[in-house]
Formats: sequence, C-alpha cells, structure tokens
Amino acid sequence: MELRDKKLLMDDVAINRAITRIAHEIIERNKGVDNLALIGIRRRGGPLAQRLAKRIEEIEGVKVPVGILDITLYRDDLTTLAEQPLVHRTEVFFDVNDKVIVLVDDVIYTGRTIRAAMDAIIDLGRPARIQLAVLIDRGHRELPIKADFVGKNVPTSRSESILVLLNEIDGCERVVIQEKTT
Amino acid sequence: MRLERKDLLGLRDISREEIQLILDTALPMKDIILRDIKKAPTLRGKALATVFYENSTRTRTSFEIAGKYLSADTVNLQVTSSSVQKGESLRDTIKTIEMMGFDVIAMRHSMSGTPQYVARNTNMRVINAGDGANEHPTQALLDMFTILEHKKTLDDLKVAIVGDILHSRVARSNIYGLSKYGCEVRVVGPSTLIPPEIERLGVKTYYNLDQAFKGVDVINVLRIQRERQQSALFPSLDEYADLYMVSSDRLQSAKDDVLVLHPGPMNRGIEVSSELADSSSMLVNEQVTNGVAVRMAILFLMMGGSRGEVAN
Repeated sequence: MELRDKKLLMDDVAINRAITRIAHEIIERNKGVDNLALIGIRRRGGPLAQRLAKRIEEIEGVKVPVGILDITLYRDDLTTLAEQPLVHRTEVFFDVNDKVIVLVDDVIYTGRTIRAAMDAIIDLGRPARIQLAVLIDRGHRELPIKADFVGKNVPTSRSESILVLLNEIDGCERVVIQEKTT
Repeated sequence: MRLERKDLLGLRDISREEIQLILDTALPMKDIILRDIKKAPTLRGKALATVFYENSTRTRTSFEIAGKYLSADTVNLQVTSSSVQKGESLRDTIKTIEMMGFDVIAMRHSMSGTPQYVARNTNMRVINAGDGANEHPTQALLDMFTILEHKKTLDDLKVAIVGDILHSRVARSNIYGLSKYGCEVRVVGPSTLIPPEIERLGVKTYYNLDQAFKGVDVINVLRIQRERQQSALFPSLDEYADLYMVSSDRLQSAKDDVLVLHPGPMNRGIEVSSELADSSSMLVNEQVTNGVAVRMAILFLMMGGSRGEVAN
C-alpha cells in the first residue's frame, strides 16, 4: 500500500498565518499570558509550540515556558504495533502545577494521542487547566476530546492521511492530504 | 524498534545495536525515577516474577521497583525457602509460575546456564539476573549506562576490572559488552583469581594495579565474594587489601577523570578504601539508580508490545 499526494492544504504562508492567529487566540482566551506554558507533543508538536511561543513573545513581550512531551509510555496501542516506537525524553523543565498548559500538536484525529498526552502531563503535576492547540483537525474522534485552537478544519475520509511537513524536522514546509493507493 | 529476542540471557550473543537501544531507552526511564510521580502506565496488565535461587537484595529489589514504576505487577517468589525445601524440581517450579500467568521472570541461580535452560522450557520471557560465574547482563548494562552518562561515549575506552575475575559474572558480561564498543578491557588481580583462558575473550591480563591502571578511563572494582572464598585462593583478606585494594593514591597512573565503579555491596578496607568509597570518583550510588533505569528499559523493550504482529 502506498500513499500519493492528493491535495495541498497549506503552504508555508498559510501555516505561518494560522500560527499567528492561534497565538492571538491563546492570548485573548486567557486574557494575557500570566501563568501560561506551552507543551508540544513529540515530534511535530515540538517546533509548533516553539513557533507559538515566539509569536506570543512578539505580541506580548513575554517569554512563556515551552516543553516537549514524549507520550510513548502512555499509548494504548503498544501491544498492537508491529514496530515498537522509541522512547524519548520528556523535556518539561518547569513546574506544571497550577499553570495553564496549552498542549500543541500538528494533527488531531482519533483523540487518543491527546488522551495519552493529558495523562502524561498529569503525571508531572496538577495544572490549573489544559487547553489544546492543533494545526489541523481532521475529524473522526474516538474519544470526547475537542481542540480549543485549530489552524484548519479538514474533512477527511479514513482512507486518507494528513502529512504535515515542518522546516525544523523535514526541511520543507507544507500540509498535504494523501490518499492510499492499492 | 524492539529487542528481537524472547529472552535476555547475556551480552555475549547480543548485538551492539540492541545494547544501544537499551541504553538509549534507559535515559527517559531515569527521568521517571527522578520525578515526583514515579509512575508510567505502559506495562499495565503485565506481570513480572523475580525468582532468585541465590541471595540478593539489591538486584531483586531493583527489578521489582523497575516493574512497579512502569505499572507491571511484580511478585517476589521465595523459592529458596519453599519450593527448594519441598523438593520441587526447577522445571516444575517454572511451570507453576508460568501457569499463574506471568509474562516475564528475572532469574538468578548459582549454577551457570540455568536461565538458559529455563528459557528453552517456558513461554515466559526470561531475564538473567546472574547465573553462576557466567553472566549478569543487567549489571553490565547499568555499568555501561553509567560510563556513557559521564564519558558521553563508550567507544574505545580503556577499562580495568579489578579483583576476583574467576568467580565474576559481572566481569564476563562487562567484557562482552564493552568489547562490542571497541574498548580495551584489562583484568587485574592475584593470579589465582584470574583464569588464564580469560585472554581468549580479548582482554589483557595484569597482576599489578599500577601497571593495569596506566591511562585507564574507568576502573570497575569487583566485590571480594567472601562466600565463594572457601578454597583459599589468596592467603588472607589483609594481604589481598595490601596488594589490590583500590584507593585514591593507586589512581595516579590512571586518567585524571577516571571513573570508579563498584557493583555493591562494598567491602570497605578490602577491595576499596573507605576514602575512595566516599569520594566523587566513586559512582556506586549512581549505579544503583541507573540499575533501576536500565531494568525499566529492558522490561519495556521486552514487554511493551506483542511480537510479530502486522501493522494496521
């Protein structure tokens, strides 16, 4: 089974605009950035969280703490995966207790990754609140989870796949929808 | 990526890539130990039994707590005080444990080759926690992890292992593991405690500490196992200490940033001086924490998924 590109959803300009808008929304929703911290889900949530933090700093002049979360040990599908994923470090070097945490990921799909991420954060402490920011919401939730900040809503079928490419990891910048070919 | 093997029996037959995977996985595991909430749910529903036919507190406890930190159910079976006394055969004991639903056992036995025998006769995964004078792979892995944390690399280091090489499974596992990274491994001790065949493993033999320590990056001091010294392989503990006790002034010929490891428990004043035992070069306490981290990594890599299934 192979995947072929079906449609370009976002180019670098569109991704940049979405991040700027989400940064504004985060500030507006929380009436400022006091007590705020961003945690990106490894891997592509990491650079997205960094970019949001940079944008927030440009707007508000305040540096918000940024962490990276590895959720491998919290996944519910480890026993069914053929290839066991590598465990990486969780790099959250600030106290999450009583903070407003904005979780950041590239795509929300079934919601299971976010469930795992929330469990992982709660094992680090007790935040005041957890919010969720994603670049793409592609639907098909299997858990009662909803994103607070969304870059783009994309209706998809389950046979399709969303590919997010970011400069920091992939050396190029775009979001494409792919289709399985058999 | 996972360990493509049912059991972890020794470092002799394991690849460098598998060792590296364990060491890489141990790093995030160590973070969990150092957190306020020392728990991750990944081995929920898995069961680990520690089956020790030989006395041990530290290794057994280390396995048990490693399992618990990852949410496995862990049980210590008191085999020496029960099954053995009642005359149950090893094979029957293992079958009993298997039928209770355990997924993995960590096993220690005074007879070399016992975990290997058990592994062939059970569907449970078997981790060798020390078999006779053969191997103690998790100890060597935690030694390597400790060295790696300090030296940032394991490649091409000079490592001296001091003491009772003859009876030491720690020495053998370290030799197998370190050799895979191109390390120059030296063994040093009284000639009665160094089997001549050990050189076949590619190590250099020394009988003098100062010569053996010349330019070394790491010194691994073995415990003098008094319980194994009935056959008088050296005249007295005092004489051993005179010639082979590692102390700060014996480290002159070693590299300035030499690390000193000890598998514990230490006999102060016999194989290691009390002042060196309390110095910053001695990593025995760090090794204990790292031992839990390495065992967590091994348990996760062995149990965190079913083998051979096709991706959906």
